[in-house]
Amino acid sequence: MSQSKGAKSSAEPLLVAKNIIKVFGTGAGEVQVLKGVDLDLKPGELTLLMGPSGSGKTTLLSILGCILRETSGTLEVAGYKTSGMSAEAMANLRRHHVGFVFQSYNLFPTLTAVENVMLALDVRGRMPADAPLKATKALESVGLSHRINTYPSKLSGGEKQRVAIARALAGSPSVMLADEPTAALDSENGQAVMQLMSDVSKDNSRAVLAVTHDHRILKYADRIIRIEDGVISTDERPKAAQERAAKAAKLAETAAE
Amino acid sequence: MQASSAAMDGAEAAAAGKGTRRLRMAPKLAYRNLFHDRISLFVTLIGIVFSVVLLSFQSGIYLGIERTIAAVIDQTKGELWVLPIGTKSVDDPSLLPGREKYSVLSVPGVKNVETLAMGFSRWRKQHGGATTVLVVGSDWNSGGLKPWNVIEGSVDELAAPKAVAVDKTYFKDLDVEGLGAPAEVNGMTVTVGAVTNKIRSFTTMPYVFTTLQRAQIMLGANKEQGSYNLVTVEDGADVDKVQEDIQARLPDAEVLKRDTFRSRSINYWLFHTAAGSGLIAGTALAIIVGIVIVAQTLYASTKDHLNEFATLRALGASAGYIIQVILLQALFSAIVGYGLGMALTLAIFKAAENTTLNVVMTPGLAGVLFLLTIAMCMLAAISAIFKVIRIDPAGVFSR
Repeated sequence: MSQSKGAKSSAEPLLVAKNIIKVFGTGAGEVQVLKGVDLDLKPGELTLLMGPSGSGKTTLLSILGCILRETSGTLEVAGYKTSGMSAEAMANLRRHHVGFVFQSYNLFPTLTAVENVMLALDVRGRMPADAPLKATKALESVGLSHRINTYPSKLSGGEKQRVAIARALAGSPSVMLADEPTAALDSENGQAVMQLMSDVSKDNSRAVLAVTHDHRILKYADRIIRIEDGVISTDERPKAAQERAAKAAKLAETAAE
Repeated sequence: MQASSAAMDGAEAAAAGKGTRRLRMAPKLAYRNLFHDRISLFVTLIGIVFSVVLLSFQSGIYLGIERTIAAVIDQTKGELWVLPIGTKSVDDPSLLPGREKYSVLSVPGVKNVETLAMGFSRWRKQHGGATTVLVVGSDWNSGGLKPWNVIEGSVDELAAPKAVAVDKTYFKDLDVEGLGAPAEVNGMTVTVGAVTNKIRSFTTMPYVFTTLQRAQIMLGANKEQGSYNLVTVEDGADVDKVQEDIQARLPDAEVLKRDTFRSRSINYWLFHTAAGSGLIAGTALAIIVGIVIVAQTLYASTKDHLNEFATLRALGASAGYIIQVILLQALFSAIVGYGLGMALTLAIFKAAENTTLNVVMTPGLAGVLFLLTIAMCMLAAISAIFKVIRIDPAGVFSR
């Protein structure tokens, strides 16, 4: 794995994608799904990626998560350039720097909540002796300390998604990517999960990107990117987010004085 | 965040993880995947148990046959056997020309020579009818073959006129009920003077043990004739040299080391008759059936858990990690299937103990079968592994 830079400052993006093009099929069946996407994700931000069906959101998410290769362009995650990496090196990058939250949770039904989180630690290689403690802490951080030994079938949708978030967090990833995290949840649980993701994103060592169709959760976004027909059409910071950022900057300034 | 309201101290957290500490998750995931779907597990185990029982039977019969064929040889003491040229197996005897014993005794290094008379004869049953028996005669008092596994009467009683020893397994075939039962062998009246147990004959013709002199009469041989000469070599003598010297003096006979004659006897029945090919075909069939059934169920189980394996891949699990989970599933299946299969096998073997079927299970054979079962299940996992390593982790976003 080649790292282009050393330790990154909190202001530097944790993920940088340049001119990402993705083509599926060949000849007459060739479809260009992404047509040159430039994107960076900064730490401490929750970015929402929105767009109509077929616009390339999921493909972009897969590429940013190092599970699908771009046809051309460059991707850098936590300072590591992915071009030329083998499949196993990509897997290694994922397990150390990328956390995933899936629309349908993708929990292991035969494992309890804490075991699901421990599994994510286990795949990182030699499971640390304190893995149960780490997993428990991760579940604690999403408010599930009372459900650690519960199987997914006994958890509500919101609880399942929180376990999935705990699983993604347990590995302390630089980038957390979520695919429609509220799509299978009712409004109340959806809001709770997004609040949690917003809280998670405030860690200055982590960037969070969520693909969504859900307009009810826009208020949690620091940044909203819209993608249409394989290109980014808008990239904006909502007024509320701007106000929050300005307020934070002012507080920091005051503290500095 | 709710984290603050749901604080759990380190001790509680550690307690929550109690039992999972230091235990890798791959074995746990494999075990749970396997035992989660009871129906698939049941089908898998049926396949493995079937294979284990069939393999145990085939190999148990093989061992049993080997021991049955070699039983007479294994009970003798001499290092060398003198036999008629062309003898294929110990229980396919013919008579030596005669007087070989004295030629052998004159060879330097020879300590003792015993004549063993063996041959087929007619056993006339006390209530009518007849059957072929394999008469074995020897002078055990001077070191010849002595009937073994005697459970009724005694070998000494065979010295009594007309006395023979027969095996309990063949009572029905010989129409005898026990000691004192009368019969007629090649026109000579005999009575059962001793009863042996589990001395089975591969040819299905019961052994009838008696003295050398009586056997010679039953077989129509003269007083110098026997089927084999069993040669004991003096301590410190070069067995190869003695064998060479005896062979030089007996151009009309064959001189073999005991182990060589043992192997020849076994190989003849197992590899030059249909018996052996049937056993080998049965063993191959057992392995194939086991592999196919286990492969199918493991493949089906893998397909059922494909989304989970894709999730594992997306989470960054290496191909090796996922292969490890599948191989562990195969290993657990093998261990449970073997345990059940072996228990069933031992029960069947126990039930067959007093029949003419000689099936044998030894710790060594059980160990070999265990390794074979594991290898079979690992081989069966290959199709599932191929399926899994081709998983596209990007698929998790569309499920």
